[in-house]
Amino acid sequence: MRSYSQALSDGLQRLREAAAGLPRPVIFMEVCGTHTMSAGRCGLPGLLPAGVTLRSGPGCPVCVTTQGEIDLLCRLAALPGVVLCTYGDMLRVPGHGDSLERARSRGCAVRIIYSALEAVQLAEREPQRQVVLAGVGFETTAPATAAALLQAERHGIPNFSVLVCHRRIVPAMTALLRTEELALAGFLCPGHVSVVIGAEAYRPLVAAHGVPCVIGGFEAVQMIRALVRLVELARDGEAALVNAYPEAVTAQGNPAAQAALAEVFSPVTTRWRGLGWIPDSGLALRPRFAARDARRRFDLEEIDEREPPGCACGEVLTGRSTPRDCALFGGACTPLHPVGPCMVSSEGTCQAWFRYRDAFVPRASCNVEVVP
Amino acid sequence: MCLAVPGRIVACDADQAMADLHGNRVPVSILFAPDVTVGDWVLIHAGFVIQRLEAEAARRSWALLADLVENEARGTATGGAEGSGP
Repeated sequence: MRSYSQALSDGLQRLREAAAGLPRPVIFMEVCGTHTMSAGRCGLPGLLPAGVTLRSGPGCPVCVTTQGEIDLLCRLAALPGVVLCTYGDMLRVPGHGDSLERARSRGCAVRIIYSALEAVQLAEREPQRQVVLAGVGFETTAPATAAALLQAERHGIPNFSVLVCHRRIVPAMTALLRTEELALAGFLCPGHVSVVIGAEAYRPLVAAHGVPCVIGGFEAVQMIRALVRLVELARDGEAALVNAYPEAVTAQGNPAAQAALAEVFSPVTTRWRGLGWIPDSGLALRPRFAARDARRRFDLEEIDEREPPGCACGEVLTGRSTPRDCALFGGACTPLHPVGPCMVSSEGTCQAWFRYRDAFVPRASCNVEVVP
Repeated sequence: MCLAVPGRIVACDADQAMADLHGNRVPVSILFAPDVTVGDWVLIHAGFVIQRLEAEAARRSWALLADLVENEARGTATGGAEGSGP
């Protein structure tokens, strides 16, 4: 079997060969925080051939969660008798002032969970407390929220509710294509969201906008494999949908996860950090689950959005700027003292650029030493 | 947040299962993959199996990951680790 380095080297060679035939420079966008971090870790942006640029888009669900939503989560955690259950990624992200980590340090009940079902089990064990699940993430994570809610219904657990902050990726990609200044030549589509929604979910995007979409896995060799196909499509002027991660992604996706999503949620216009309001880009609980909506149960009012002064996360999330274009990057804003969500999130573009700073510098040569 | 990891099912009971992730045993829900059985390679996200994988593809992924870890360890030993600022 080929070694990892050999596979990487072969992939880059194919990428160089494909890029040699490009009629003009191209910009592709990935829309998955795991792609962002994986690319940085393996130095991919700096190894791309001249004329090929890979930008990061709004693929980190923590980053696109609005500050108002974080504020609501903090408010919930501060209510007497409430336990707020969240994935660890959300803990340090600041709202307009507070973060769940700071709320927890003041004694608020914030519980980190690995699976949404843990929140339901907690509610069952402690019926005297109100357990609220922070429903954050794209279509990979949203089915877990749906499954938790359906389990609470089935088991008759009244003290379980959800603050829904989920997002849908395809409407955001559509909105990005309307940003003329970006002039994207194609999307590197997220691997694990696609496991759920299926490759065909991108078909309308390809058909309506004539933009190539290639689904890629998360290892460097898988990402390069997808980029080779994107470059070939751009070179040949072909708008096509390609599944370059067939070991995990099928054409139709996961029907059981989709059924849970459809049973519990309906699409709704939602605000994204950096992109504003996008039709059908969020999920709302269907009316029959309204009693489990934490906004309603705890009478929470939506909060007006204000970006931190000087923070360019909005531009970074839409690919209009790179982190280095932000005056705060690396000085006032670092992973230890983050100002914006792209620096605080472990999948944020600014944190990737900070941690893997050398990876984003173009190299004169993209030869990879093959370790024997 | 959307990262899923490959694992192997070692026990199943109704809609719950136990998965082996490189030696770690974790409970997972198989609500979204009701057909999985003991011995299957699967993709796990946030405590849920979201896809069954072909055994050969999963083994290839693990082999690549093992090689990557070995290379990264070699890089760390020679000072090639991540830095702490720009």
